Amino acid sequence: MAGAAPGGASRSEIYRGNGPRLMLPIWVFIGIFLVMPVVMMAVHSFLTKEFRGGVIWEFTFAAYDQFFFDRGLFGDEPPKIEWTYIGIFWRSIWQAGLATVFSLLIGFPTAWFIATRKPNVRPGWLFLITIPYWVNLLIRTVSMKFLIRDTGPLNEFLLWSGVISEPLSLVNTNFAVQLGLFYSYLPFMVLPVYAAVERYDFSLSEAAADLYSDNWTTLRLVILPVVKPGIVAGCILVFVPSLGAFLAPDLLGGAKTFMIGSLIEEQFKGAAGNWPFGAAAAMILLAIVLGVLLLHAHAQTRVER
Amino acid sequence: MKTILTSTALALTLASASDAEGKLSIYHWFEYIPQELLDTFAAEYDVEVTMDTFDSNEALLAALKAGKPGEYDVAVSGDYMVQIMADEGMLNTFEPSELANFGNIQDQLVDVSFDPGRKSSIPYQWGSTSFSVNKEVYGGPLESLSLIFEPPAELKGKVNVLDTSGETLTLASLYLDIPQCSSDRDQLKALNTLVQTAKADWASFGSDVAKDVLVSGDAAAGMIWSGFSAKARGEGAPIEYVFPKEGMIVWMDNVVLLKDAPNRENALKFMDFLLEPENAAAVTNYAQYTAGVKGVEAFLDPEVANSPESNPPEGVKGVFVEACAQDVQEMYDAIWTNLKKLA
Repeated sequence: MAGAAPGGASRSEIYRGNGPRLMLPIWVFIGIFLVMPVVMMAVHSFLTKEFRGGVIWEFTFAAYDQFFFDRGLFGDEPPKIEWTYIGIFWRSIWQAGLATVFSLLIGFPTAWFIATRKPNVRPGWLFLITIPYWVNLLIRTVSMKFLIRDTGPLNEFLLWSGVISEPLSLVNTNFAVQLGLFYSYLPFMVLPVYAAVERYDFSLSEAAADLYSDNWTTLRLVILPVVKPGIVAGCILVFVPSLGAFLAPDLLGGAKTFMIGSLIEEQFKGAAGNWPFGAAAAMILLAIVLGVLLLHAHAQTRVER
Repeated sequence: MKTILTSTALALTLASASDAEGKLSIYHWFEYIPQELLDTFAAEYDVEVTMDTFDSNEALLAALKAGKPGEYDVAVSGDYMVQIMADEGMLNTFEPSELANFGNIQDQLVDVSFDPGRKSSIPYQWGSTSFSVNKEVYGGPLESLSLIFEPPAELKGKVNVLDTSGETLTLASLYLDIPQCSSDRDQLKALNTLVQTAKADWASFGSDVAKDVLVSGDAAAGMIWSGFSAKARGEGAPIEYVFPKEGMIVWMDNVVLLKDAPNRENALKFMDFLLEPENAAAVTNYAQYTAGVKGVEAFLDPEVANSPESNPPEGVKGVFVEACAQDVQEMYDAIWTNLKKLA
């Protein structure tokens, strides 16, 4: 993506021949901390579950079988398609997708607002966006629970203002989980979109207006194509962590409505846990994320060409 | 949740003097030992104490199995889990003579079934697991486990249950009056149906939040440990701890000496320290359970010693959670997994 800018050739002159050496640290880092854990997980997903946690080194498809087939409580009924785990994945994708859409709806105007301020005040606005990140995610999630609980300030205010007569039960619902995801990852949308909008050449909008384009058409045909990479990056940065989140479902959803993250966590935490199954679920999640990223990369190369 | 607790525990880590004699690494339940007591031990024996925490016996086992040996010196483990850990070869042994205060252990707690003669463990605290109900929300009689497993209209959608299979399924078995570790299919199916149906009326699963949800009013009824309920009451929750007619769980937590303990000497010093009546009483005053050490009475706060949670009425049935054989346990695990995964 980068480096395609004119003048790239002269820059590459300087680094010619040094490329492999310069890349070495990152390859070692990726090899140890990314590839090895993924390989270990892939291997574990094909091992036999050990009683009370752990694995036995015997090859089996049992974990994937359990994911896709339901053989009854005692494991001796004829196999049916297991919809539960597919349902959990679908719910997670849906929740993560919603969080992405809401982040975009709020994040794009926010980024636009900041990018159109005077250059000397922009850092101040960006600074405000990053303030929540000074506080640990756990604390922020628990605080959200305090805000929306039956006896929390939100309900107290709505009761006081007469909008509702009974407190709204918001904690331990999908809505609460959604709110937690959206709130946690919103800045991941704002920052890349801001970076894209900031580089946008506003004379393009003026040119469009000169050609009698209305605001909506300008947004659709001029602005969006230019800032699209920022939007796509923001969507990925919100969607991917939302998909694997387990703090929000655990704390705001009451550990009752499972998402992928909580399903995987449960497999490694309790004695009823099943490491190979947790690893298999993680591999399937990885495949989905990889699919999304490959789609993105594909779309990206088409743009470049 | 465990990672959260671990990180909070890391914050509690006593980064005391770097010239300490040695180290002691403890794996403990959350909110179960007063920080001052750890400070006292650290100062008295010049030992650097670190502590991580967990929120269920199962989480303890899972973490120790996943971790490297020699990470911790001592852990605090429930009765049936002591036996499981011994079976898994995770425990070290000591001689009574290695503990100066061994004689302080209450006589009836020396020859316990899960560790006859106390070769790997000492008593920590004991108490019960049942549930508490907010009396402002529900005014009916407080006598049956049906309030949790078939809640009345006032409590529907307002119940928190402990996020541990051992305790939740044992209480459910008591309610259905079926034995623990049953391999009878009809009984297991009935158990499965009961908890599946009840889940629709439950608000949340949570162990470390069991007190908080009752204090905040997020839950109007909740499975909880006796002392934790007493603390919730102390923090203003208008609740009563129920001694159900179907029975409740009694448990005994123990400090176990772990195999490959890197600081065995300090571990034994710590166990000896906890067998001092004054120190055992300090734990009781904090956690509000009952100590297994002789002579604590003089050091107890009267409110704690006389709390309704720690003094069940005559004739309440109490059962220990049993450690089942593998084939049976796997069926209970399947029921629990089924319960957790459904929306």
